[in-house]
Amino acid sequence: MPIYRCSFAAAVVFSMMTSLPAADLNSQINAIRNVSREGQGNEAAAAAVRALSGASANDLVQILAAFENASPLAANYLRNAVETVADRQLAAGKSLPNQQLEAFVQKRSNDPRARRLAFEVLTKVDATAADRLIPTMLLDPSPEFRRDAVERLVAEAESLGKDATDQAKQIYRKALSGATDSDLAKKISESLKKLGDDVDLVRHFGFLTDWRIVGPFDNHDFIGFDTAYAPEEELDFAAKLKAKEGEVAWGEITTTDEFGIVDIAKSVAPHKGAVMYLATTYEAAADRNVEFRFGTPNAWKLWVNGEFLFGRDEYHRGMAIDQYRVSAKLKAGKNVILLKLCQNEQTDDWAQRYQIQIRVCDPSGVAVLPVNSDSKSTTNLKPSKSRSPRLTASVEGASE
Amino acid sequence: MINLQTFGKAGSCRRVENVTAPNANAVRRIVPLVAAVVSATCLTGADWLQFRGNDVSGVSALSEIPTTWSDTENVAWKVDLPGRGLSGAIVIGDQVVVTASSGFRQDRLHVLSFDRASGNKNWERQFWATGRTMTHPKMCVATPTPASDGERIFAFYSSNDVVCLDLDGNLLWLRGLTHDFPNASNSLGMSSSPIVIGDTLIVQVENDAESFATGLDTSTGKARWKKVRPKKANWTSPTLWQNGDSTALALLQSSAGIEAVDPRTGETQWKFGDGASTIPSSVVTTDALLIPSNGLTAVRLGEKVDDAEGSPEVLWNDSKLGPGTSSPIVVNGKVFVVNRVGVLQAADVNTGSTLWKLRLKGPFSATPVAAGKHLIFFNEKGDAQVVDISGAEGEIVGENSVGETILSTPAISDNEMFVRSDGHLWKIAR
Repeated sequence: MPIYRCSFAAAVVFSMMTSLPAADLNSQINAIRNVSREGQGNEAAAAAVRALSGASANDLVQILAAFENASPLAANYLRNAVETVADRQLAAGKSLPNQQLEAFVQKRSNDPRARRLAFEVLTKVDATAADRLIPTMLLDPSPEFRRDAVERLVAEAESLGKDATDQAKQIYRKALSGATDSDLAKKISESLKKLGDDVDLVRHFGFLTDWRIVGPFDNHDFIGFDTAYAPEEELDFAAKLKAKEGEVAWGEITTTDEFGIVDIAKSVAPHKGAVMYLATTYEAAADRNVEFRFGTPNAWKLWVNGEFLFGRDEYHRGMAIDQYRVSAKLKAGKNVILLKLCQNEQTDDWAQRYQIQIRVCDPSGVAVLPVNSDSKSTTNLKPSKSRSPRLTASVEGASE
Repeated sequence: MINLQTFGKAGSCRRVENVTAPNANAVRRIVPLVAAVVSATCLTGADWLQFRGNDVSGVSALSEIPTTWSDTENVAWKVDLPGRGLSGAIVIGDQVVVTASSGFRQDRLHVLSFDRASGNKNWERQFWATGRTMTHPKMCVATPTPASDGERIFAFYSSNDVVCLDLDGNLLWLRGLTHDFPNASNSLGMSSSPIVIGDTLIVQVENDAESFATGLDTSTGKARWKKVRPKKANWTSPTLWQNGDSTALALLQSSAGIEAVDPRTGETQWKFGDGASTIPSSVVTTDALLIPSNGLTAVRLGEKVDDAEGSPEVLWNDSKLGPGTSSPIVVNGKVFVVNRVGVLQAADVNTGSTLWKLRLKGPFSATPVAAGKHLIFFNEKGDAQVVDISGAEGEIVGENSVGETILSTPAISDNEMFVRSDGHLWKIAR
């Protein structure tokens, strides 16, 4: 019999006696939390999971508490331990610590993943838990809880008769306040429009709408992605820059798209084999961590305040809201965001899109708007003219 | 046809495989590799341990499955699944294992084990995806078929998460390959199914941005090797070739062609550099590899190649034998290919000469499997067409529907077939 099977059997026998001693529990948890890249710590983590799998139901909440600041890898190890303990308890006809689990779920400062797992364990033994807890979770830090709460409200609004328009609007508005998934927000927005209410999805999601733009620079044979053109060296919006087709100057581009899509192919030109740079400013009230969430079918690179954060050299494999998530730290005051967006030379009909959709949000997906933003802008780059889609200068001879 | 047994500890036994005649030698040599890791537990029944089965042929020569079935006939059981999946089921002793993905973002990864006889769920484990989960709507995160060495389950997902469980659902290790290598992903989704060779799990993570293949130690998940691969999206799965009496080779397909590597070291043994499809995968015959390349190209296997960059001899090529999405399958000296418009072509594996054609009702995403004298084709609408290939011409002898979209490749084991949709898993057997 393999060693791990012997260990697991021993752990199960041990579990029938009592909870793991606190020191043992902490030791196993630490081993799991130390798991890292490329399989480092896998053996120790696996051994720890086997030991934790032998813990009693009374240890569940402590294992759940260990999710706090755990890496995604460690969280999965911990999840397996929790599932194994709970399943074994239930298979043996034993009870779970329902009250402790519910208290853990309700404490919003606990890790969202652990809270959701605790909820799923709880609902296996408490059929009323979902009805009791989900309605309170509309603005929960956990996107999954929020989604459940929003779906309930949408269903409630949809069930109302035609003569309850005001009530339906009220419920849809409430639902929208918690909606961070695009499908639900879109559905609610469409329902509200039918009832005569407009929804500003740009502000709801925090899409960045106003940009300076310059290009095209050369990307034939994909050379542009790794070539540092002038905007990567210095961001001087007054400068004239040598580009693919001659000298160019920075212009402006603004989108009024409902979902914040900045469409270079339509608003500027359907450039091929090209690199365009987009820049904007974002004023943060205080130092804080945010996520930049992207959707684009084009290759891209992102810098914030001169620091390169991430880049991706992929073309025309699809585009969706929140396709990419990049964590960033904003400083209080003005932050400069620079994007490099590359288009390849494919001639297929399905390879012509040259666009990006980008927003700033917290880790749960709730929009983080800049200070002093208003209903006409989600950045601090105020359009100099009207707010209609335009490019005032992107080709030789144009001025800022 | 061979019915092989291997022996573990005293008194324990495990029937490893039904194999088809063309690959009998290869499988006989594989057995020691599999035997090195199979459980000492005595289990009954043959296994289907990975995409296209243990020898990656898609053939269960000893099995005979019903040619007709319906809700009331020849469906032993049907069970609900908690999420989507293009991954096929695998069969390990008395359990059937499938993966699934669920959630708005498809970021909830499931591994489920069902009792083979009753369909009762043995256990379910869930994980959170650590890599990107965006896919084309037709695909999903649970697209690659899991693999097993008979003792461990290796579940792989489009998010490039690899989860290793024992047969009781206990976590042995996990890897987040996009977590480790953040640009390794494809926004259309990843579909390559890993295979086990000896004590190494061969995984292809190939895409436009950060492309690699890796051989993971099946006991720890750590990489025995990792090598850069062509930077282009690739949905094909590795194929197995047993090279004489020496170690087996993993055949890695890409747009560049085929790279044959030592599964334990990743060292390149030879290359075929004339390009290959990035969707249907190659298939091995007794002494040749049939590559979806410029139609279908057969190259000789088993010849020693001195130069690491050397290419195997091209035996034949036929531009009209190009497969659509489904991979080709070889049975009894014939290769069967379904093209993009749903025409099944049978050709001689030695010459490439077309023997007969038969129009099927497509479109197809699933790769066909063989049971005895029958090929089973599931089209995307969930209609199964059973083709008798024993005569001079192919003949459709059964048409059945499960009434749901089927994009996954079935598993066959001991006269039983297991096929899954996004919502259900069926056992089809008399």
